[in-house]
Amino acid sequence: MSAFIEALKKRILVLDGAMGTMLQQYQFTEEDFRGKRFKDFHKPLKGNNDLLSITQPEAIAEIHRKYFNAGADIVETNTFSGTTVAMADYDMEDLVYELNFESAKIAKEVAAELTKNEPDKPRFVAGAMGPTNKTASLSPDVNDPGFRAISFDELRIAYKQQAEALVDGGVDILLVETIFDTLNAKAALFAIEELKEERNLDIPVMVSGTITDASGRTLSGQTAEAFLISISHIPLVSVGFNCALGAKQLTPHLEVIANRTEIAVSAYPNAGLPNAFGEYDESPAQMALQIEEYLDKKLINIIGGCCGTTPPHIEAIAELAAKYEPRPLELNQINA
Amino acid sequence: MSETPGEIRYLKLSGLEPLVITPESNFINVGERTNVAGSRKFLRLIKEEQFEEALAVARHQVEGGAQIIDVNMDDGLIDGKKAMVKFLNLIVAEPDISRVPIMIDSSKWEIIEAGLQVVQGKCVVNSISLKEGEEEFLRQAKLIRRYGAAVIVMAFDETGQADTLERRIEIAERSYNLLVDKLRFPPEDIIFDLNIFPVATGMEEHRRNALDFIEGTRWVKKNLPHCSVSGGVSNVSFSFRGNDVVREAMHSVFLYHAIQAGMNIGIVNPAMLEVYDDIPKDLLEHVEDVILDRRGDATERLLDFAETVKGERKQKVADLSWRELPLQDRITRALVKGIDAFIETDVEEARKVVNKPIEVIEGHLMTGMNVVGDLFGSGKMFLPQVVKSARVMKRAVAYLLPFIEEDKDAISSSNGKILMATVKGDVHDIGKNIVSVVLGCNNYEIIDLGVMVPPEKIIATAKEEAVDIIGLSGLITPSLDEMVFLAKEMQRQDFKVPLLIGGATTSKAHTAVKIDPQYSSAVVHVNDASRAVTVVGDLLQKDKQEGYKADLKKEYAEFRENFLDRQQKKEFVSLEDARKNKLRIDWYTAEIFLPNEPGIHEIKDLPLEVLESYIDWTPFFRSWDLYGRFPRILEDDVVGTQATELYSDARKMLQRIFSEKLLKAKAVFGLFEANTVNDDDIEVSVASKGTVETKIFRTLRQQSRKAEGRPNIALADFIAPKTTGLTDYIGCFCVSAGFGTQELAEKYESEHDDYNSIMIKALADRLAEAFAEYLHEQVRKKYWGYASEEKLNNEELIKENYRGIRPAPGYPACPDHLEKKTIWEILKVEEAIGVSLTESLAMWPAASVSGYYFGQPESRYFGLGKIKSDQVKDFAQRKGISEAKAFKWLQSSIAE
Repeated sequence: MSAFIEALKKRILVLDGAMGTMLQQYQFTEEDFRGKRFKDFHKPLKGNNDLLSITQPEAIAEIHRKYFNAGADIVETNTFSGTTVAMADYDMEDLVYELNFESAKIAKEVAAELTKNEPDKPRFVAGAMGPTNKTASLSPDVNDPGFRAISFDELRIAYKQQAEALVDGGVDILLVETIFDTLNAKAALFAIEELKEERNLDIPVMVSGTITDASGRTLSGQTAEAFLISISHIPLVSVGFNCALGAKQLTPHLEVIANRTEIAVSAYPNAGLPNAFGEYDESPAQMALQIEEYLDKKLINIIGGCCGTTPPHIEAIAELAAKYEPRPLELNQINA
Repeated sequence: MSETPGEIRYLKLSGLEPLVITPESNFINVGERTNVAGSRKFLRLIKEEQFEEALAVARHQVEGGAQIIDVNMDDGLIDGKKAMVKFLNLIVAEPDISRVPIMIDSSKWEIIEAGLQVVQGKCVVNSISLKEGEEEFLRQAKLIRRYGAAVIVMAFDETGQADTLERRIEIAERSYNLLVDKLRFPPEDIIFDLNIFPVATGMEEHRRNALDFIEGTRWVKKNLPHCSVSGGVSNVSFSFRGNDVVREAMHSVFLYHAIQAGMNIGIVNPAMLEVYDDIPKDLLEHVEDVILDRRGDATERLLDFAETVKGERKQKVADLSWRELPLQDRITRALVKGIDAFIETDVEEARKVVNKPIEVIEGHLMTGMNVVGDLFGSGKMFLPQVVKSARVMKRAVAYLLPFIEEDKDAISSSNGKILMATVKGDVHDIGKNIVSVVLGCNNYEIIDLGVMVPPEKIIATAKEEAVDIIGLSGLITPSLDEMVFLAKEMQRQDFKVPLLIGGATTSKAHTAVKIDPQYSSAVVHVNDASRAVTVVGDLLQKDKQEGYKADLKKEYAEFRENFLDRQQKKEFVSLEDARKNKLRIDWYTAEIFLPNEPGIHEIKDLPLEVLESYIDWTPFFRSWDLYGRFPRILEDDVVGTQATELYSDARKMLQRIFSEKLLKAKAVFGLFEANTVNDDDIEVSVASKGTVETKIFRTLRQQSRKAEGRPNIALADFIAPKTTGLTDYIGCFCVSAGFGTQELAEKYESEHDDYNSIMIKALADRLAEAFAEYLHEQVRKKYWGYASEEKLNNEELIKENYRGIRPAPGYPACPDHLEKKTIWEILKVEEAIGVSLTESLAMWPAASVSGYYFGQPESRYFGLGKIKSDQVKDFAQRKGISEAKAFKWLQSSIAE
């Protein structure tokens, strides 16, 4: 049994907070994004955060370190948009393998360094696989509901490439996240299964969906329970939700899945709902207060933060999580 | 994967919503109409790429209660893979269909795989088997697993289809072991189709077909843990095609035993199913002999017996054995079946066993109504049945009321208070009454203010009664403005209660664009009774209502934006240009027919029997939320039984109307000299008592930009212009079959009989339409006489295969209701036959029709579409009314 599963049995694991929010603080310019290597690239690159793993690796490592020091057990690689599908916007499809590989390596090095200093608290790296910017079961054209901008196979191939690079770079876990179209996630999971089979690999897989509005449905229209059923065919170590809502709004949906699954449950909500200026302004203390409800109700095994969360948020969450027992797990069901 | 002994694992499927099949679940019914192999209609729609209608088939099934829909595109003449992907992509975009899981049905693996790649939910694959050997079987199963679907395994192997008990067991066991041991396929995701074959075929080897399936099912459920068993039930009765009484009984008996043995999923046509307990004892015995193979001569005996029950269904004698049941069962049955004959006796009996009379309502009656609500909600009961249930409920409550009033402490509790009203100036209330009844059945307290309700009264009552929801209804276009006004008024007075909008002219578009922005609380457009229940439920559910309301606001705002975006794309031309592009008839060669009998005519009391053959029944069913064309609707798979019953009740009432002369039909109509003047006006010369009076009909002209060669039409184009020097003719009319309707409806209502109250109104409407059709024919053949040779049947009349038209003010060719006033002046309608106009220009009695007659062969029905403000101003000037008044009355026709 892997060290990760071991740790998951014992306590509530803490996931890191937002990467994007932290990167904003560096106020990188177009020039910084380009670095030396892409000085003459034919397209603007500012905003391509994944690229920073190559052009500003120290900053990425520093952010990972801050989150680990704040109490995170797991950090996510800087690869939210690391697929050929999402990189097409920057004409950087060719760079996908390298981006994922380097991102995994950076995170893994920081994790190894901290684990060495503190062997009782092993640190893990989750390879983040984002939703891409296209949806396989929704039409982008309101007048042509039967149209699809991307196929299952295109997604499957893109995700497989990402997963391969992340595994090669040394991640401990694969995390299919911020799922707003379940069909995209199914393509990712299909690709992961293929990879696992081809390489005879046994890597834990986490899945995290996104409930996009108060009606309690994903963007593609599924209820939390329907979402759970739709991704349960693959052996997963955890399932949960992230993004879109604050901790408070996420509670009922977490209850739905916590009552219906035997695997671990994860949550990494935003720092509240965006204010009038689109900023997330829930303070660490406010957010921790909401999360205490999850812990009281024994809803979760893995907890972290999404948009707007920072190391102080994670620190507040980690302090709290340490005081509580995790949600009971049927461990024989995990990765059996 | 370890397994705890005795552990139960559920088959879990998903569309947008979950479907978890547990041992407690009722039998799961798979919709089978979206299968090209099983439905000729669906095949045709797919072949002709009529995907909109194909989607309607899918939607209909889900609304009818199918919990899974089977989609099959296996036909030699279509590209199955392409059709599967296209249709599934479209289904996915329809949340009311894709809420249920999909069964991807094909004998071709490539079609199955293409289907699996476009559906996000957990599907069922139908099917795989060992037909091509183990390797292919396992390859497909592994991929199915990876795509996240459950699978139907056919009892089929390399040597053929299983047709005995032993072969069924052998193949099922082998398939199961391969899947579970070699692939670790979750056993709960395996569904066996153990082959349902016909019995009573006369062949010795078919005798055990049903029994072997049932026994096979029993064995599978006992020996192969967690899996499900499914099958297509109608096969079993194949040899009795044409004898539905026997087939229905066979299906019920087969299912009864198969379900007991463990069959939990199946493809069953709900219309072809008798209630097991309702099968007559002798028929039951004969059918069970065959299904269970209980005697050697079972087939012969059933064949003989079948002859005696063929087509007997209609004369079934009322079976009163249910009167022996316990009290609650009797009350529930009376409510479900809509039988009111014994309800007072039963309620009296219940009253004696409870402490307080109110407990009979809250206990016995609500228990029964909950069953009705569940059946309706799950598509197992249809609207007319529910209205009948309500009749029984109301009678029971009326009986109890005096006892309850004696008992002062009684407090009754309802789910909420709903105010319902047809707005000022409008008299149409069939739809509103149906919604009221259905909501009433769901334990909402309804305050029905009736028709022509002024806004002040709605507001005042809403305040006094502290209602939870206000529902507004209207059929004519001016009612739309009333609703907008009311929304504004509610906003001004700081109301918060949700507003429901319904009625024939209302639409989601109008609600979103005109009403919703006026009111900051929720506004919902609801056009059918079953949706009303869910909408009201969501609006009043404590923990969810805020979210739901916010979603509604958002939904309508988005709808509005999209709608307005689309609107802007329409191009219009100026009135001047539209007139230049009018329809030009060559009047010098055109045929103008001099009427045989010009002037004004009256029919004081038409024998209603005359109208029977002119009735168009399709809209009648629509008013009861049963959709389909008459007479095919009577055979419809889903609503056929109910439509047939409703039709029979309607015929009965119609006979009473005829024989007891319950209603009176009157008409006034006239044919006059006329010419078009100034492009769009029709000058009519009305001769009476030696003087000739001139009246003018103002018509409206299409203003949307037309393709080259297509005219911008106005009704005036169908009449020869004065400048030609020719004399042309026009007619106008008003018919009513509504005299007596109101009194009868009130009488029924006082007897707590909404069913017949709605029925009489719906029939009066049909008779008025039939009268208009009949009179038009008389005019064509006799009074005007230009078509004296015409011979058309009712079908052709409904399709309007005749010369000349009879457009009605307020309808697409002339949406302006104001012109009714001119008709009233010309024909002196009110004095002649007593039909009056309300302030919104609705006709009273409601079952009335008025309009014009045009005889020109080139005249045709058209829709005005939207017009621009230049025409509205011109219209106001021509008519001598203020622009404000013109804008108000033409509102719904003006382009944004």
